[in-house]
Amino acid sequence: MINRSEILQTIAMIDQQHLDVRTVTMGISLLDCCDPDPEKACGKIYDKITRSAKDLVKTGEDIEAEFGIPIVNKRISVTPMALVAGASETEDYVPFAKALDRARAETGVDFIGGFSALVQKGMTRADQLLIRSIPRALSETELVCSSVNIGSTKAGINMDAVALMGQTIKETARLTADRGGFGCAKLVVFCNAVEDNPFMAGAFHGVSEPDRVINVGVSGPGVVHHALQAVRGASFDVVAEAIKRTAFQVTRMGQLVAGEASRRLNVPFGIVDLSLAPTPAIGDSVARILEEMGLEVCGTHGTTAALALLNDAVKKGGVMASSSVGGLSGAFIPVSEDEGMIAAASSGALCIDKLEAMTCVCSVGLDMIAVPGSTSSETISAIIADEAAIGMINQKTTAVRIIPAPGMKVGETVEFGGLLGSAPVMAVHPFSSAEFIKRGGRIPAPIHSLKN
Amino acid sequence: MRAIVTVIGQDRVGIIADVSRILAERGVNVLDISQTVLQQYFTMIMLVDASRCTVPFAELTSLLKSEGDMLGLDIRAQREDLFHAMHRI
Repeated sequence: MINRSEILQTIAMIDQQHLDVRTVTMGISLLDCCDPDPEKACGKIYDKITRSAKDLVKTGEDIEAEFGIPIVNKRISVTPMALVAGASETEDYVPFAKALDRARAETGVDFIGGFSALVQKGMTRADQLLIRSIPRALSETELVCSSVNIGSTKAGINMDAVALMGQTIKETARLTADRGGFGCAKLVVFCNAVEDNPFMAGAFHGVSEPDRVINVGVSGPGVVHHALQAVRGASFDVVAEAIKRTAFQVTRMGQLVAGEASRRLNVPFGIVDLSLAPTPAIGDSVARILEEMGLEVCGTHGTTAALALLNDAVKKGGVMASSSVGGLSGAFIPVSEDEGMIAAASSGALCIDKLEAMTCVCSVGLDMIAVPGSTSSETISAIIADEAAIGMINQKTTAVRIIPAPGMKVGETVEFGGLLGSAPVMAVHPFSSAEFIKRGGRIPAPIHSLKN
Repeated sequence: MRAIVTVIGQDRVGIIADVSRILAERGVNVLDISQTVLQQYFTMIMLVDASRCTVPFAELTSLLKSEGDMLGLDIRAQREDLFHAMHRI
């Protein structure tokens, strides 16, 4: 039988250390919803999503109650919308986003993702129409998330798309200026995007996935932090072991929930994403884990090494605990969503350049970073290009979710609320990258992409 | 289906009786009990068999929570599989 201390330890993890399942995400293919008539296509999309996910929220709540584990979000990801909307005879893709939002409201899920395009090598007409409709789509819907993949190790970086995304982000911020540029918090620009990511804003349901699938994202920075407090002063070998053990336990819990959800909904299990996803709550921070390793404040020298160790140990611990690991699986470093990152950025210890270095060794990229509203679209594009280059060369996913907060300056703070938290506006370099971005074309794939 | 019921609260007379009554009324059989009092805090762990529970298990957990709130106790029931998943290979 399970002993007393194990039971009490589990309860302490849930009650005091914020252990939770961050999301149960149902991926739904919309490839069978294509129709030349955009209205009919939107009708099919709404019907398929509401039919497929009608029991998702209820099932999540049942599992939550029976196991006593909080499942913070229930979400839906769909086929990149450019692939579906491209079949319709229309130039306005905003109605497709609205159809997604209606389906989200009907099913009761927290977010729906997949207003997306994959343009790493080039853009179709549909891709261009979708990207141009992103600002309105994000300002006229509530909880629809959008992502665009502009680069990959195999294809290189599509610099035309990079330039376009800089403008798209600026326009999205302008249209949602009354809410601090909130629309940009729902928009991710990827390099090497994955097809089975359960986390928002970047989730979409890849074309190689089955008709429906259940992916689960776990969380647990607080649990890792607690485990490290018990080995204070010990060597890094001990630190790595403590993280691995904890990640194993957290992932086993995620696997259990994923299996239950898959069985009850009669939808195949896809993957467990091992990511350590922070929240703005005290005690649920990735930055505080890094500081626990001996850094005075996250962002100082040593931060990248600490994050590298954390990211790797999380994967090693988690990988044996799940039958299938996927998604992004590592440590997230979203600035506005992490209490310790917010504090570090506000104090000036954490700057964009250091964050960029950290993204070389963590699971994603520059995430939930607010910059001054006056930042030019070319500078934003150049930030995207830098981040994509890191992903392309290192064969990993990188992403940029950046908010040029309208009318705001360095030192001010944008409030988003909820899981999205609050973002201190961070400085960008004042020197121009405009001529660089104006060139367009494609940065070729690196030599090590030629593996065949 | 087996579950772990944990009860934490200020010690007083009749906690075991109260919790057992709630469980018995719903057809839940207690298989094992361990309890201790630490600095006036009562901690009880019960292993129960809920396969003949007369209400859905999710309902039982919320019922225990609300009854616990009335009795000034933190009562939770969780399926035993969770603890096996996290603590046994």
